[in-house]
Amino acid sequence: MMVKFIHKLASPKYFYHLSGKLLPWLMAMCLLFFLLGLVQGLIYAPVDYQQGHSYRIMFIHVPSAWMSLMIYIIMATAGAIFLIWKIKLAAIIASSSATIGAAFTFIALVTGALWGKPMWGTYWAWDARLTSELILLFLYLGYIALEEAIDDPRSASKACAVLVLVGVVNIPIIHYSVEWWYTLHQGASVSKLDTPSIHISMLIPLLLMTLACKCYYALTILMQARNKILWQEQNTHWVRALITENQSKG
Amino acid sequence: MFKACWNIIIRDLRLAFRHPGDVINPLFFFIIVITLFPLGGSPEQKVLMSIGGSVIWVAALLSSLLSLDILFRSDYDDGTLETLLLSEYPLSLLVLAKIIAHWLITGLPLLCLSPLLAGFFYFNDQAMRTLVITLLLGMPILSLLGAVGMALTVSLKRGGMLLSLLILPFYIPVLIFSAQAINNSMLGLDVTGSFYFLAALLVFLLTLSPFVTALALRISLE
Repeated sequence: MMVKFIHKLASPKYFYHLSGKLLPWLMAMCLLFFLLGLVQGLIYAPVDYQQGHSYRIMFIHVPSAWMSLMIYIIMATAGAIFLIWKIKLAAIIASSSATIGAAFTFIALVTGALWGKPMWGTYWAWDARLTSELILLFLYLGYIALEEAIDDPRSASKACAVLVLVGVVNIPIIHYSVEWWYTLHQGASVSKLDTPSIHISMLIPLLLMTLACKCYYALTILMQARNKILWQEQNTHWVRALITENQSKG
Repeated sequence: MFKACWNIIIRDLRLAFRHPGDVINPLFFFIIVITLFPLGGSPEQKVLMSIGGSVIWVAALLSSLLSLDILFRSDYDDGTLETLLLSEYPLSLLVLAKIIAHWLITGLPLLCLSPLLAGFFYFNDQAMRTLVITLLLGMPILSLLGAVGMALTVSLKRGGMLLSLLILPFYIPVLIFSAQAINNSMLGLDVTGSFYFLAALLVFLLTLSPFVTALALRISLE
């Protein structure tokens, strides 16, 4: 039953129709979560006794940082699925994720810098987490550059799948070497965000914003994937039928 | 099978010695980059001693990156790579032989330069010894990682810039541990931990990189 469903899902035509039905729901959920999260986070959540109002950047910063890591792992999983089972849809998911992942990484870095200025007095510090996030951005950009450079879309997605798998193996190594480098460099002087627990009134908006970001990711990836599917399958029967149907409508 | 690998190593070495520039130019580049730092920074002994390890390793990273071209590029151009793909032996093993040859051509000669470099940066004996060991452990890691990137970009017309974008982030752990080990041994600290980490990374990549490189080559030559 499950295997059958996955097989069906992997066919571009079925995926196109299913995702078309999902889109409005996702859009509604995304807007709802964003609205709830922002209202809760910016208006109802209490002021932090140490950081004042500026801690509210967290409600954007933390979800984007989580997303940046999650999307890379999704890309690696999709890349592996594509290399092993040759499912075209997985390659489409991986390649549309790259730009969104890079965008989330960039947002995490910029909001982190804006947060750092009032808190640590500097936009940038060579802190282990900041540095590994920056390296993650480089990995995303390298992926996008490789995809741009290879003309044949089939070998591009294969090469990118190999690259993202190499990257996902290396990320822990890079992360821990950066962490040890930092601790070797200087003792823990600025420890950020390592508050032992977070109060429930701040946790709820944070989780709402995280859900909103996840819905946003799902939404944009479905929209991009649908475009790419139409482009790749432009010579098939069902896409032609779809086009004539739309033309007769409008 | 091992005969085939041996033959590939001999062939690559012979080719390298027919074009001595392939061996000498990366070394020359390495020395020039290193000379730039005292010129652009400060020639004071204290400053040079504190940046020595980092400068040497950044230069080693760059020169290894530039010399990756000789790993697959000319073989791709004249079709040797395709015959390797069609051969009856496992491609990953042949690739490993090529990586070893690349290390012999570009990584090993750097070792001969290390006394000179140590003189440039006023290293003490312990730092000098650390430099030799990190070069010995680190350069093959760079060749192994670089081979993956080279295999992915070999079929592209202008892959050079792209290759550095893809590979440099993966070189970071080697840079951190090698430069850190040298800087620490200047201060007389124990650096065996860094050696172990580099050795572990080397063994890890030695087992995985040939397979990934072979896969990437098959994709590039499709």
